Amino acid sequence: MHELSLCRSLVDQACRVAERHGAPRVRRVSLRLGPLSGAEPALMETAFPFAARHTLAEGARLELIPCPVRVHCPACGRDSEALATDLGCPRCGEWRTRLIAGDELLLESVGLAADPSPRHDQEAPHV
Amino acid sequence: MCETCGCALPDRHGPARDDRTVEVLASLKTRNDRLAHHNRAHFDAAGVLVVNLMSSPGAGKTRLLEATIEALGDRHRLAVIEGDLETENDARRIRAKGVPAVQITTGSACHLDAAMIHDALHALSLEALDLLFIENVGNLVCPASFDLGQHASVTLLSTPEGDDKPLKYPVMFRASDLVLVTKCDLLAVLDDFAVEAVAAHVRRLACPAPVLEVSASAGRIDGWLAWLEARLAERRRSVFHPVAAHAGGDLLTRPRSPA
Repeated sequence: MHELSLCRSLVDQACRVAERHGAPRVRRVSLRLGPLSGAEPALMETAFPFAARHTLAEGARLELIPCPVRVHCPACGRDSEALATDLGCPRCGEWRTRLIAGDELLLESVGLAADPSPRHDQEAPHV
Repeated sequence: MCETCGCALPDRHGPARDDRTVEVLASLKTRNDRLAHHNRAHFDAAGVLVVNLMSSPGAGKTRLLEATIEALGDRHRLAVIEGDLETENDARRIRAKGVPAVQITTGSACHLDAAMIHDALHALSLEALDLLFIENVGNLVCPASFDLGQHASVTLLSTPEGDDKPLKYPVMFRASDLVLVTKCDLLAVLDDFAVEAVAAHVRRLACPAPVLEVSASAGRIDGWLAWLEARLAERRRSVFHPVAAHAGGDLLTRPRSPA
């Protein structure tokens, strides 16, 4: 479950953005998450509310942006989409490719709210 | 309150508009990567080669280190940083071989990170070392996501685990500089493990890492030792000749000969 520590740094970075812009809270956090990043989307979604508790990002929505795996082939010079478990060039079969996308774990943008309203100080179960 | 279902988390549903959107484009690993870079600068300044050993629990990391210490302990100055959830058992095994060991107990954390390594470095005098091993927490998933500042990542795969593991754990194996198939003395009794299959799977991940067979208990670790010696020799060269050859002419202050 290293997703929790990744979510903590996600929340830290998002809260710093909010503070820098003088916003009272974070409404949305958009994260680019590639299949080769080493983080599981479902676990990130589970861990995010825990990491966000008692911060400016409490109650914020985590938006995961899927990123396809892409490789560059030095043999045929082309870029193609590939599978996380098969990074060979799908066009010419060369195995020595270079990964150009699919390992992202990138905070893309933060949506800020102007109103401070729903900071939940007590447990608010989602119904 | 949420207008969709009445829950207390209104931003979970529907088109909640941001009052302001800020583009960031920063990696979540920025902080760890910065610390790892800092660790690497320490290692490079001290001229010590740092190797991160990763595998599932029980693949034989500590056993391999014991055999490595026996083989190299007279020739090189070694130390080990041990990562475990609990207990000092592994550090004790290393110290029993006469090599300094720092135990990091992570509690419930499933991996080592650059900050833990940085703290552990205070207990070691890097200048007095040639080779530092980091034995990561036994886990084929999480340790792959955290750079510690090492110069090389070595992944161990023991034969009872099965030869399909590289494809099941692509993040870990893809980032390996060397894959060691451990407990290869058991190959004689395992009819479903092929070392060539491990190599083929590693290549499917576009990873050029050599795949070597070792058995610490049978004393078959020559390939691993040769790999280490080659890395140590590379390291010494880079320490003694820090100016890259191709940087050549521009750095010389000699007057130019007339054309």
